[in-house]
Amino acid sequence: MDQLIQQFFNIDIMVQALPTILRGLGMTLLICAVVIPLGLAGGLMAALASTARSRWLRWPAVALVDLFRAIPPLVLLIFVYAGLPFAGIRLSPFVAVAIAFLLNNSSYYGEVFRAGLISIGKGQWEAARSTGLTQRQTLTHVILPQATRNVLPDLISNTVEVVKLTSLASVVSLGELLHAADLARSVTYNASPLTLAAGVYLVLLWPVVRLLSRYQRRIAV
Amino acid sequence: MSKTTTRPAVRKPEAENGGAAPGAGRPTLEVIGLRKSFGTLEVLKNVSLAVEKSEMVFVLGRSGSGKSTMLRCCNRLEEPDAGEILLEGQPITGSGVNLDKVRRRIGMVFQGFNLYPHLDARRNITLALRKVLKQSRDEADTRAAAALTRVGLADKAGNYPSQLSGGQQQRVAIARAIALEPAVMLFDEPTSALDPELVGDVLGVMRELKEDGMTMLVVSHEMAFAREAADRVVFMADGHIVEQGPPEDLFTNPQHESTRAFLSRYSYGP
Ligand SMILES: Nc1ncnc2c1ncn2[C@@H]1O[C@H](COP(=O)(O)OP(=O)(O)OP(=O)(O)O)[C@@H](O)[C@H]1O
Ligand SMILES: [Mg+2]
Repeated sequence: MDQLIQQFFNIDIMVQALPTILRGLGMTLLICAVVIPLGLAGGLMAALASTARSRWLRWPAVALVDLFRAIPPLVLLIFVYAGLPFAGIRLSPFVAVAIAFLLNNSSYYGEVFRAGLISIGKGQWEAARSTGLTQRQTLTHVILPQATRNVLPDLISNTVEVVKLTSLASVVSLGELLHAADLARSVTYNASPLTLAAGVYLVLLWPVVRLLSRYQRRIAV
Repeated sequence: MSKTTTRPAVRKPEAENGGAAPGAGRPTLEVIGLRKSFGTLEVLKNVSLAVEKSEMVFVLGRSGSGKSTMLRCCNRLEEPDAGEILLEGQPITGSGVNLDKVRRRIGMVFQGFNLYPHLDARRNITLALRKVLKQSRDEADTRAAAALTRVGLADKAGNYPSQLSGGQQQRVAIARAIALEPAVMLFDEPTSALDPELVGDVLGVMRELKEDGMTMLVVSHEMAFAREAADRVVFMADGHIVEQGPPEDLFTNPQHESTRAFLSRYSYGP
């Protein structure tokens, strides 16, 4: 038992690893700060394109969303980071992570937004357009507020997935939370930094997850 | 502005009164030779209709006869295949027309109300005032309050659609349309989705609009109301206007077989 505590919950080692882990957390948050807003924007564009009337917009959008939803994000990341150099495109770990996650993310957010958009009846469009609102104004002031509200739980749970996804960046040695913790583990020869990292993820995401499930329960009744 | 004079002749010789301003003496809304098909289904086959200023015209006809389609062509929610539509003498069909500008001059009221559920009654009305007419918040709020007062809902400005009865929702929808001060109002079965006891309030508002001089084209099966309030009743069958005239004539002495069949089915109704 003592052995277990020594290996996983060693306070001294945790304190020692804390600066490294906090730096890792900083990088994780930075990736999130880039990938979540851009992913939301990309997803919205994908959703608009995939519900457009013109098939020349719709068709490629649907194909791309399907493609990037089907490719495992780790495969995509390694392809962008380690595969593209064979085409002469060499990217820094951060840029590679940003691109790979953005493609993955935009398609997931895109599906969520698409569900939101098609949940709004034609009548809302017609009412708004009949008062002289332009297509863009209708989208901004009538359709999107309702669509977003309808899929808010899905948007949030997708965002939780994105935060978890950032841990994959450790495979390209980008010093985010998991990578930092693993580095500390190898230096201290102790698993406690990993425990600490898991704790940080938990503290970060558990409130969101809790809120979400309460919210979903409220919607269900 | 001189478009009307260069346009091919309109079959309305009595409206051609020489040097007056364009649109003067013209009907407020004029539909000429309108055709519309959905795929192979020909829904409107050469429909022509004029609504004079301050006139209330009722459109009757069996389900599927093309009433809604005609109405929706008038503000181009449906794109006509052929024909011409003029609003106050100006063509609104064709490719060079700014649809958003035209639509703010044509109010529309839908069977299903189509209020914005995420906005309260006031903001349902002010949205277009702010974004389309570019009014300030104060101007828009004042006008929304006036519109709500006109439909008898001055005290409901802060209610969301879900907090209003069907009849109240439809009156807010009417307020949303009249706040833009349209030249003509289109109603597509405004009372069909309402419980019978709420119909009267909506019809009452429509009657008041008429008394205030609003030009209205109404698709509705409220026969008693049509009889009492409409200036003219138009009967549609199978994509044509088969008959029209003052309500009294049309109801008591229908000329066309399909009108007779339609009226006999309704005369025992509520
Ligand atoms: N968008 C559309 N696509 C295909 N067919 C349509 C469309 N809109 C209407 N139709 C068809 O056109 C015909 C006329 O429809 P419309 O809605 O104008 O009839 P209506 O006279 O308003 O009938 P109701 O009294 O039932 O409202 C119907 O057969 C309908 O199925
Ligand atoms: Mg109809």
